[in-house]
Amino acid sequence: MPAEIIQIKNLSVKYGEIEALSDVSFDIISGDYVGIVGPNGSGKSTLIKSILGLIPFEGKIIFQGETLSDFILKNNIGYLPQKMSFIDQRFPATAMEIVVSGLYCQKKFPKRVTKNDYKSAGEIMETLGISGLADRSIGKLSGGQQQRILLARALIHSPRLLILDEPTVALDPQSRDTFASIIKKLNTEHGVTILLVSHDSGSMGKYASKLLYLDRKVVFYGTFDNFCRSDEMTKYFGADQHIICHRH
Amino acid sequence: MEIFSQIYESLQYVFVQRAIIAGCFMALGCSFLGIFLVLRRFSLIGDGLAHVSFATVAIALLLQAQPMIVSIPLVAAASLIILSLNEKAKVYGDAAIGLVSSFGIALGVIIASTAGGFNVDLFSYLFGNILSVSSSEVWLTVFISLLVVLVTILFYHDLFAITFDEDYAHVSGIKVKTVNKILILLTSLIVVLGIKIVGTMLVSSLIILPAVSALQIVRSFKSAIALAGIFAVASVIIGIFISYLLNYPSGATIVMVNFIFFIGSFISGNLKK
Repeated sequence: MPAEIIQIKNLSVKYGEIEALSDVSFDIISGDYVGIVGPNGSGKSTLIKSILGLIPFEGKIIFQGETLSDFILKNNIGYLPQKMSFIDQRFPATAMEIVVSGLYCQKKFPKRVTKNDYKSAGEIMETLGISGLADRSIGKLSGGQQQRILLARALIHSPRLLILDEPTVALDPQSRDTFASIIKKLNTEHGVTILLVSHDSGSMGKYASKLLYLDRKVVFYGTFDNFCRSDEMTKYFGADQHIICHRH
Repeated sequence: MEIFSQIYESLQYVFVQRAIIAGCFMALGCSFLGIFLVLRRFSLIGDGLAHVSFATVAIALLLQAQPMIVSIPLVAAASLIILSLNEKAKVYGDAAIGLVSSFGIALGVIIASTAGGFNVDLFSYLFGNILSVSSSEVWLTVFISLLVVLVTILFYHDLFAITFDEDYAHVSGIKVKTVNKILILLTSLIVVLGIKIVGTMLVSSLIILPAVSALQIVRSFKSAIALAGIFAVASVIIGIFISYLLNYPSGATIVMVNFIFFIGSFISGNLKK
């Protein structure tokens, strides 16, 4: 199995006339924890959506030598989208029904959910400390609880790669720390490759092993240590470089 | 009681039996689709298609053909056009529905006037004429309703995933565009069935109301569909009997019963809090 889990080559995305991403190239190695940071409008979510095949792009994205659809079919990707502010309070689904839907990627037509599937859902919810929410209506849970349900949905099929888009933006500081340590554990103890988008460049260095700094193009990609030692980055960021480094 | 003996007596008539069978099966089809359409904010698509069916019925009557048979392929085609316009212009998605539906009404009116004005036939398709359902129409309704229910069951999990989170469904490998097309085609089938039962003016309410009522009270997705089904079928049976007893138009009566169910579940849902 090749060490690279994703190879991105010359990725460009245009929204009409506006170039949201320009000639982005980088590789992610299996087991990496890559933090994607950048200012508003820098193309972070656009990059994620391109990787997941949700928007059209120019260039190439290769998953372990395969196309995206083959990669998905082998259920290798877990995805936690940006906070769904539109989860209708009255949406008629229990937390259990939502978590179990994370297994749909493994199922062929016509999809059926089995007792074992509910058992797996129970187990992942136990691991994330949310078993008590199984029969609760998803729309009536707090932001932090919904986030953990959606994380359970992303993890239930044991993906090799977990992609998270601004996962803690709507959480209180304590929930944020709990969430961050759960993700870190997945990476260090279970070898899950993490791709995490955040606008919070200050705290990224605490958890991630690599940094991708985007501003419609790749400003920097590499380890945090290299970022901190780089004169080029000192010129680019000035004093802000040390906020990102977080290594004092 | 007088009322029960009258109801019992009404059941002896073939036209009442047919009305109940056709109405119940159609209601079942409506309720299975209604939940998905309401949650995805596609409620008005049913309304738009009903307006298109006004034109297709006018065309059928002009050609002296069976209105339901002529309407099915034409309304299905219109549904795919609406879906495609909706996808391409997300900001003005609801205007797409208005576009197609007003075209349908205008075309229907022109055809009806060139054919010699509005006649009783066309009027009965506007407001429904469930008590004149023919034997072949009953069979057609039963067959198509069961088809709608079966296909919805087969695609249940795909529809659930798309309804909750369309992007995530895509990432799960679900063919979102294809499933959307299937949903909209099933809707066009149910709309055509509904023309005879409650008429083009009211058919979308039979799709929307039972679903909206169910959503006031339930917690899980499966019970939402089940309860919508119960409301829809009950409203048809109660509506037909009331219209028979009091000589009210049956289509409108069925819709009124649905409103009463909605008020009941709305109050019940709010009392729970």
